[in-house]
Amino acid sequence: MSDIADRVKKIVVEHLGVEPEKVIDSANFIDDLGADSLDTVELVMAFEEEFSVEIPDDAAETIRTVGDAVSFLEKKAA
Amino acid sequence: MFNLTGKSALVTGATGGIGGAVAKALHAQGAQVAISGTRREALEALATELGNRVHIVPANLSDRDSVEALIPAAEAALGQVDILVNNAGVTRDNLFMRMKDEEWETVLRVNLEAAFRLSRAVIKGMMKRRWGRIVSVTSVIGTTGNAGQANYAASKAGLIGMSKSLAQEVASRNITVNCIAPGFIATPMTDVLNEKQREGILTKVPMARLGTPEDIAAAAVYLASDEAAYLTGQTLHINGGMTMI
Ligand SMILES: NC(=O)c1ccc[n+]([C@@H]2O[C@H](COP(=O)([O-])OP(=O)(O)OC[C@H]3O[C@@H](n4cnc5c(N)ncnc54)[C@H](OP(=O)(O)O)[C@@H]3O)[C@@H](O)[C@H]2O)c1
Repeated sequence: MSDIADRVKKIVVEHLGVEPEKVIDSANFIDDLGADSLDTVELVMAFEEEFSVEIPDDAAETIRTVGDAVSFLEKKAA
Repeated sequence: MFNLTGKSALVTGATGGIGGAVAKALHAQGAQVAISGTRREALEALATELGNRVHIVPANLSDRDSVEALIPAAEAALGQVDILVNNAGVTRDNLFMRMKDEEWETVLRVNLEAAFRLSRAVIKGMMKRRWGRIVSVTSVIGTTGNAGQANYAASKAGLIGMSKSLAQEVASRNITVNCIAPGFIATPMTDVLNEKQREGILTKVPMARLGTPEDIAAAAVYLASDEAAYLTGQTLHINGGMTMI
């Protein structure tokens, strides 16, 4: 697992207070991890901070699963 | 109670009667304040009066770019904005049938749209810090309506609806969003009333006097405080009993 994926999962676990086992690539923040829409905004803010990147609103809307976040941030870092 | 030491507040319309009193009252409770308005000399005079813990952040709220620049300027001066008081307001009274587009637009832009933009800009930081207070100064007219003030009433009713919606979105993050609805307060805005109008108004006010800016400032201090943590989406009507809602 990449370093980026580890950091993303750590943020998700901490922020949503979910079991680490549940934080798999296909996990949808809202449907699988119990996030509400405000949580998803906050997750994006946390990713922005952790990775020092700017995630515009239209991109943020496409980040629905853990895997979406990891691949978005991997692309940014590449 | 109501200690605001360590908190940072931005007050718009601080050059006016109510905004000046609000800025002074928040400052007296220990807050650091950023004061905004279009008239720089008036801001400087207030800053001199307050002494320390005060910053000047001029802005013209009828200009979109100036609105967008205000929160970054306030954050640069204060470090962060914990308390936002949307107080700036204008009137452009006219009978509905004669109301010009420009009169409608100016009032909506300054009274409502600026409050939307400023609130949107501060909310992110408040969410991160899990604490925030947004207080908007609306008016009894937003609830009752008033002949000749369709634009003003729409803007003030709009503030109430906006605040209730935002309050629901951010309540779980310990951010409260409330309004204060003054009745008739003695300020430059009401100085334009003639003696007859004033007497007419007072017959409808059980307290039989105009309110003072300090009557409003006290509510702002309360709403900004930790003690008001469980109060959100509400409007405090401070009007001497003129309308009881
Ligand atoms: N007085 C009352 O009886 C009463 C009753 C109900 C509600 N209110 C509300 O209370 C609030 C304060 O009113 P007030 O009585 O203190 O009136 P005021 O003394 O006339 O003050 C109005 C304030 O709004 C600011 N402002 C106006 N246009 C602006 C613009 N384009 N950009 C930036 N700032 C602008 C003014 O700043 P500059 O002068 O520096 O431009 C001034 O500080 C208003 O929202 C008003 O609607 C007042």
